Amino acid sequence: MEMLDLPAHELRDAVAGRRVSAREVAERSLVRIERLDPRLKAFLTLRKDAALRDADALDASIARGEPPGPLAGVPMALKDNLCTRGVRTTCASRILGNFVPTYDATVVEKLRAAGALLVGKTNMDEFAMGSSTENSAFGPTLNPWDVTRVPGGSSGGTTAAVAAGLATAGLGSDTGGSIRQPASLCGVVGLKPTYGRVSRFGLVAFASSLDQIGPITRNVRDAALCLQAIAGPDPRDSTSASVETPDFLRDLEAGAKGLRLGIPKEYFGAGIDPEVASAVEAAIDVLRRAGATTQEVSLPHTDYGIAAYYVVAPAEASSNLARYDGVRYGLRAADTRGLLSMYEETRRQGFGREVSRRIMLGTFALSSGYYDAYYQKALKVRRRIKDDFDAAFGSVDALVCPTSPVPAFKLGEKADDPLQMYLADVFTVCLNMAGLPGISVPCGLAGGKLPIGLQILGRAFDESTVLRVARAYERETDWHSRRPEVAEA
Amino acid sequence: MPGVLPVLNRAAYELGIRAALALHCEIAPFTKFDRKNYFYPDLPKAYQISQFDIPLSRQGWLDVDVAGRALRVRIHRAHLEEDAGKLLHPELREGGDPADDGGGGGGVRAGRAGYSLVDFNRSGVPLLEIVTEPDMRTPEEAYEYLTALKRVLQYSGVSDCDMEKGSLRCDANVSVRPRGSETLGTRTETKNLNSFKFLAKALAHEAARQIKVLEAGGRVVQETRLWDPIAGETRPMRSKEEAHDYRYFPEPDLVPFVITPAEVERIRAALPEMPAERCARFVEQLGLPPKDAEVLTTDRGLAEYFESCVALENAPRAIANWLLGDVRKEMNERHLDIESLPVRPERLVELVRLVEGAQITRLVGKDVLTEMVVSGKDAAAIVREKGLLQIADAASLGPIVDKVLGANAKAVTDYRAGKKAALSSLVGQVMKETRGKANAPLVTRLLQEKLGG
Amino acid sequence: MKVDPALVDHVARLARLGLTPDDRLRYVSELTRILAYVEKLNTLDVAGAEPLVHPFEGRNVFRPDAVQASPPPEDGLANAPDRIEKFFKVPKVIE
Repeated sequence: MEMLDLPAHELRDAVAGRRVSAREVAERSLVRIERLDPRLKAFLTLRKDAALRDADALDASIARGEPPGPLAGVPMALKDNLCTRGVRTTCASRILGNFVPTYDATVVEKLRAAGALLVGKTNMDEFAMGSSTENSAFGPTLNPWDVTRVPGGSSGGTTAAVAAGLATAGLGSDTGGSIRQPASLCGVVGLKPTYGRVSRFGLVAFASSLDQIGPITRNVRDAALCLQAIAGPDPRDSTSASVETPDFLRDLEAGAKGLRLGIPKEYFGAGIDPEVASAVEAAIDVLRRAGATTQEVSLPHTDYGIAAYYVVAPAEASSNLARYDGVRYGLRAADTRGLLSMYEETRRQGFGREVSRRIMLGTFALSSGYYDAYYQKALKVRRRIKDDFDAAFGSVDALVCPTSPVPAFKLGEKADDPLQMYLADVFTVCLNMAGLPGISVPCGLAGGKLPIGLQILGRAFDESTVLRVARAYERETDWHSRRPEVAEA
Repeated sequence: MPGVLPVLNRAAYELGIRAALALHCEIAPFTKFDRKNYFYPDLPKAYQISQFDIPLSRQGWLDVDVAGRALRVRIHRAHLEEDAGKLLHPELREGGDPADDGGGGGGVRAGRAGYSLVDFNRSGVPLLEIVTEPDMRTPEEAYEYLTALKRVLQYSGVSDCDMEKGSLRCDANVSVRPRGSETLGTRTETKNLNSFKFLAKALAHEAARQIKVLEAGGRVVQETRLWDPIAGETRPMRSKEEAHDYRYFPEPDLVPFVITPAEVERIRAALPEMPAERCARFVEQLGLPPKDAEVLTTDRGLAEYFESCVALENAPRAIANWLLGDVRKEMNERHLDIESLPVRPERLVELVRLVEGAQITRLVGKDVLTEMVVSGKDAAAIVREKGLLQIADAASLGPIVDKVLGANAKAVTDYRAGKKAALSSLVGQVMKETRGKANAPLVTRLLQEKLGG
Repeated sequence: MKVDPALVDHVARLARLGLTPDDRLRYVSELTRILAYVEKLNTLDVAGAEPLVHPFEGRNVFRPDAVQASPPPEDGLANAPDRIEKFFKVPKVIE
């Protein structure tokens, strides 16, 4: 078996036990990236020499007998909206095309401390706005299962890299499904933690009350391992929760027996691909056979999720992205006349279509005369959405449903119709609105070749149960071990 | 920088509550922050974290003395927000040095170089914005309000209120209305008021400008104007800007804040007595003249020094006289403030006791004070070392008086010829002989006796 | 909600987003269509609902008033598109 296809925890143990050197792992990863990434375009920036230097330092420290971290020697890919000191961080936007942060995000610090080898920064929808990674100023990333299709988004670069084995694991961010949906479309595991579980310090903001960083891996245990490494309160993020970080590995193998699972009926309605529906129903059967009990539940405001989300997220985004004004960093349009023209030209040239659209939408929703009817109203619906989950979790331990209504769609298929693209998030946005944790795990292949994802949603700060259900399912199936064949470019 | 997040400084929050309490405001049991969105080069996120609909505090007041008349200025609200950066305009100073506009936005003069500079060093620093009701009618009232406000804020330890450092800044709204009219006219806001003097000048100028506009049949436009201290006038600041729409919404990067009654009481209990109340108490309970009480209470340190002294020796008038007279003179000459004065209250009280108890003369006392400041020694030691105890017995003074009379025949003659003023010259001579130690009334009596009344 | 070109211009100006004539037309149709979808929110009665801003009701998060090492000024200026010494340079602010 190719070393890079090992689960992160096994690879880590091999490096820690000096059966393989970190240097060797890093080199293999970089070679594979060099070979396959011209085809997939998952990476925007590589840390070639830096990753090798880090690997050498790690090998030296292990040789000195220092205890290796929980991710020692694991090659990891970082979504390009996570600030990395000295390494270009673009958010796949022209406006940050030359931006080099002078600090590391908290999660980056934590991964370094855990011994991870950070091999590069990955492509994404610009400022994480999109569901296909087509909205990148640097061109789309392709789905390793079918290069005529999208990998999903917005964390499509990390997801494609992990699915194709260019990296063993990676980090994405999830504002309305941006970890879970691409994980579903690429046949990997994607975990969106509870809002506040992971520090957002150093994550370039899209929508501050929805954004959350999480791991993208090839199995559930690795997701737990990565979450363990990045979770915890951070004094630099006021919204990081001051709750204890549990041992996410403790109950991982506890199985499904005795768990009460809810099946939200609104997640199986019109618009869902029949193959997706049957794969998810089969997965629920697997969990039932593994000892879980199931019951139908209702989340009545699900159908309003997209509408409310596409007010709240753009509203926050319009404010968060106002700082890209050509003054302190990033692009400044050349040859403008005066301040106003400098602002307007810089932003016109710097932002892509989808980002501009959401800035317009969000600015409108907050503007005088429309605030109550749009923004305020959406926040009230948001309350109802959260109430729905609270009610459901009164009688069940987790919810199971599809992650995406459809498998990977063709490049360009939805690119001209923003509303159709927004509707791709129909099963993922409500979780962000409520701040709850969720995971997507592979549960089938549509037409025998396009991955389908099973989504498991949990109570606030109960990632342990989410991971336990996911692992219980994974133990009974081998969908997670299917790997795409990627031809060289 | 992208990715960076705000966290509220606890001291800023507590000082904000303290200031609000000192201004008799109601403290909100629940407060939150909002984003005020607008583009300006000094605003690094293109929004300012401020408070919109639920400010930290509301509805307070401050009593102001305007030339002996009491004026109560109502406080509309006091809320926390973050400071912006500073805009600089390169051409203002000779030699091309960047000149500071001092205020939270806008510059003073158009530049020829076609650019402005931004310094973000102070951006994100917490500040408290205190907004009054339209309760002041003249520039003088505004001046006195700001003076009183500064005193309260300094007193409560909230701020040093140093305008030069920017720790107190002021934007002033002005409107005019016809005599007898009940409704306020359209107001303008003036920025860049870097000193109390500018405040009064700018207000007077702006009111006159508005009157002129109205009398010419024009209309006052609600706008932000900038005081230009060089030209001595206000001018519109954002002339080309459309109407503002700040698109306030709750700041998602900060959590809300709950202020319990117990917390409010804890902060209230730690508040010192405010200057106006303290001044009244000094007059009523300690019998100080109002003028002295006011001077003593302007500076909290001075007032507390005074109170420490009075606690040791119940002689408020004498102590006030020393503090406002010789002690202040010593401080001025040596550039000391009350905190750095080496003579602490217990030492000053010893000196006052020596003088009041007639052990040394007032004249000697002044020199002893100087010596105390310079050497740090206590009064008794100085008196002992230098033999400065007052000579107050006729037996000791008699020979000295005789000697002086013998040596000053002309003064004696003058006195006897009816020039009573000659007596004080003779007293002076005795004092000189005794290096100020002689008890002056006794000397006078002895001289009069010997000169035959 | 009918979005007209004047509204597009107004919103774009608030957002300091330059528009080409094509952009303006595109936004008229796109925003109209998206808002028509969003208006399904109006079919819900949410009069009694408390607006939800933060997913969780965290309260009173402070940092201590302690002096911390600040990053060197050069870090803040490193990405400046235009600068003079320790200042960011911008087009003249007032006419």
